Amino acid sequence: MFSNFFADPKTLMLGAITGLIFGFLLQKGGVTRYNVIVNQFRFKDHTVLKTMLTAIVVGAIGVYAMLQFGMISGLHIKGAEVGMNVLGGLIFGVGMVILGYCPGTALAAVGQGSRDAIVGIAGALVGAAVYAEAYPLLARTIEPLGKLGKITFVDVTHLSPWWLIAGLAIGASGLFYWLERREHAARPA
Amino acid sequence: MANPIRLARWSPYVVGTGIGILSWATFYFMNKALGTSTSFVGAAGAAICTIAPEHVAGNAYYTQTYGAKGGGFKPVFDWQMALVLMMVLGSFIAAWFGQTFKVERVPTVWSQRFGPSVLKRYAAAFIGGFILLFGARMAGGCTSGHGISGGLQMAVSSWMFFVAMFASGIATAAVLFGFGSKKEVSHVQ
Repeated sequence: MFSNFFADPKTLMLGAITGLIFGFLLQKGGVTRYNVIVNQFRFKDHTVLKTMLTAIVVGAIGVYAMLQFGMISGLHIKGAEVGMNVLGGLIFGVGMVILGYCPGTALAAVGQGSRDAIVGIAGALVGAAVYAEAYPLLARTIEPLGKLGKITFVDVTHLSPWWLIAGLAIGASGLFYWLERREHAARPA
Repeated sequence: MANPIRLARWSPYVVGTGIGILSWATFYFMNKALGTSTSFVGAAGAAICTIAPEHVAGNAYYTQTYGAKGGGFKPVFDWQMALVLMMVLGSFIAAWFGQTFKVERVPTVWSQRFGPSVLKRYAAAFIGGFILLFGARMAGGCTSGHGISGGLQMAVSSWMFFVAMFASGIATAAVLFGFGSKKEVSHVQ
């Protein structure tokens, strides 16, 4: 692994700039806080959901527009494997609430002084190493369950992506409107 | 109007829009999608490589994730590794200028429920981090790679992960914290 350890400087520089902006935004958004993340799953603070859904809608508009105009060569999606995606997601949710950060927000939390996030990252590295050892077994047992390939909901529904994006945007706006009204009503005058 | 960099918190809609636009940039300029959890595999693999290089070279997961086409490995210190490391600095800058940098070992929501013991919190953080990354690698991504990047591309794999992650997070929070009364103060900092 060490004969060819570093990518080229330009790639590293672009990654570094992206990381700088991403970490900055996550911290300003408050989603680097244990309290904010855990309280999302207790329905007490909806910052995580608002941030993620906004990023998804805004991101989708730009990425699908660039795809349509041939400005990008293609998408970067992971193949759908029902067993692995669902079981992995269920395991991930347990870890996210116990740790109180996800992998990216744990790193960003280190930057704001959260020492418990450093311990969480150590656990995560061990988790990654153990996963690599468990992978051959999972590849034989769970990975073959529901292998659907690299598909999107555009492939599944045969609709224009713009209908899906419009639906997502309307759904997200409705949810935001409802959440804001509820939070406004709950706030002491 | 206050200088935005000095503000402690930004609206989740502003931050979400920022992350969405950042995704356009990674697609357009770098032909990449935002993600973080693969780097944990790279870091764990590189660490194990210092003592047992043959073991890493013979493991199906490391070779699948970082294997180069003509044999050997692609650079482990790549675009995403630079990104995740710089997230720490980006968050530090945001926290520093927003005056929210604070060394914290036990978050308040945790201590209200489980007490002020640092050891207890660190033990949970380690175990939580372990579960988190195991789940992320099984699902093929985390909150950023699947949740945001895959979600905005409308990948079937990512939306399955997203739903499973939220469902299990809600169930885990209910077990750990109980359902709680609605009267409890929300927006804990």
